[in-house]
Amino acid sequence: MEFTTNHPVKIKGEPLSALPQDLYIPPDALEVYLETFEGPLDLLLYLIRKHNLDILDIPMADLTVQYMAYVDKMKVVNLELAAEYLLMSAMLIEIKSRMLLPKPTEVAVEDDPRAELVRRLMEYEAIKLAAQRLDAMPKVGEQIEVAAAYYQQISLVKPPEVSLDDLVEAWRNVLKRAKLNQHHKLGRAELSVREHMSLLLRRLSAAQVLRFDELFDLETEGVPKLVVNFLAMLELAKEGLVRITQQEAFGTIYVQANSAG
Amino acid sequence: MREPDNIEEMKRILEAALLTSPQPLALEDLLKLFAGRMERATLRMLLDELKADWAEKTLDLVQVASGYRFQAKAEYSEYLSRLNPERQPKYSRAVMETLAIIAYRQPVTRGDIEQIRGVAVNPNVIRQLQERDWIDVVGQREVPGRPSLYATTKHFLDDLNLRSLAELPPFEAFAQTEIPLE
Repeated sequence: MEFTTNHPVKIKGEPLSALPQDLYIPPDALEVYLETFEGPLDLLLYLIRKHNLDILDIPMADLTVQYMAYVDKMKVVNLELAAEYLLMSAMLIEIKSRMLLPKPTEVAVEDDPRAELVRRLMEYEAIKLAAQRLDAMPKVGEQIEVAAAYYQQISLVKPPEVSLDDLVEAWRNVLKRAKLNQHHKLGRAELSVREHMSLLLRRLSAAQVLRFDELFDLETEGVPKLVVNFLAMLELAKEGLVRITQQEAFGTIYVQANSAG
Repeated sequence: MREPDNIEEMKRILEAALLTSPQPLALEDLLKLFAGRMERATLRMLLDELKADWAEKTLDLVQVASGYRFQAKAEYSEYLSRLNPERQPKYSRAVMETLAIIAYRQPVTRGDIEQIRGVAVNPNVIRQLQERDWIDVVGQREVPGRPSLYATTKHFLDDLNLRSLAELPPFEAFAQTEIPLE
C-alpha cells in the first residue's frame, strides 16, 4: 500500500482544493502567535520581566523550565522557527549545569557562567527600547509635513559652447580634405579678410544656418583662400556678427548670422 | 541680472527657494542663489532671521542633515494627516530593531545584527529599509564572504528631523547600568 501526501484528497468525488476552515489554523494566525516574540532573547526577556526576575542574578533552573515549556508549545506548530530557540535551550541547560559544578579550587575567580547571556540580554533589551523610541519619533510622511509650494522649474537654456580646440580640430579636417583636392593655380589672387567676411555674412543671411564645412569649397578654393575664409569667420565671431555652436563634443559645428534678435 | 541690494529682499529670495524646493537645501545650494556674492556667515544670519520671522506663522524653518527646509508646525500634523488617511503602514518590530542596531552600531553586517537580535535577519527587512533609503551599504568587512557593512543615510536623518546621528536619543538611556556579577 502506498502512502503519499501528494495524493489528491477527494470528498464526495470532488477534489479538495482548500483545507476546511474549522480544522485549519490560518497561517496568519500562526504567524501572529510566533511573531509575538522576536526570537529566543526576546522570549527570555519576556519571561524575566514577567516574573520579575533579577536580570543580574537569574535563577537559571526556573528560567530554563519556563523557557522549555514555551519552546515545546512552539515546536508543535513550527519546527523550523524553533531551531534558534532550541539552540538557546541548549545554552540555558549548559549554563545551568556549569553552575551546579563545584568550582575548581585552583581557579581563584571564575567567571559567572551567566555573564555572556546577561550581556546579550541587556544589549538586546537596549536595542529593543531604542527601536521603540525610534518608532515613536516623528517622521516625514507620518507626523512631519514638509512644505512644498508649487513651482514650475525653468532651467536657463544655455547655447552649447565651442572651445578653441573644437574650431582648430574642425579647421584641420578642412585642411586635410583640401590637400586631397589640391590644384595648382597660377596667377594672382587678391585676398582680403574683410571681403570674405562680407561674403560669408551674405551666404549666412541667405541660408540662416550653415554647417562649418559647407562654408569651405574644397573643390575650387586653394589653401590660401581657405585660410582667409577661416580668418574671416573668426573675425566675424570676434565682432559678434556670427554665432558658432556645437551640440556635443566632436559634433557638427554650425555657423549662423547673429542678426536675428 | 539684477542682484538684491537689501536684507529684506535677500530673505524673500531665500524664502521662495526654500518653500518651492522638494528637498532640503544645503548652504551650498542657497549660496548659488546669490551668484557668489554672499558670505556663509551672512547667509546663516539671514536664515536665523527668516526662522524668527516665521515663528508666529504656520511653518517652521528647520535644519536637518541635508540642509534647511520648511515644514508644517507640529500642531497641524493631526489635521493635515486627515487629508491622507492612507498612511505608511507601521514597520514591524524586526524592521525597527534592525534599524536601531544599524543606527546605533553602524557600520554593521548582517551577522552583527543577528548576533544582537539572536535570530536570522530576513532579507525583506533589509530590503524595506533600503527601499525607504534609510540605510545603504558603505563597504565590506574584510573577512571571509566579505559581508556588506550597513549604515544609515542622510535621508534617514532628514526623515527623523535630525541634523546628525549625535542627535539620536543617547543609547545609554536604554542600557541598564552595568553591575558586575559576583
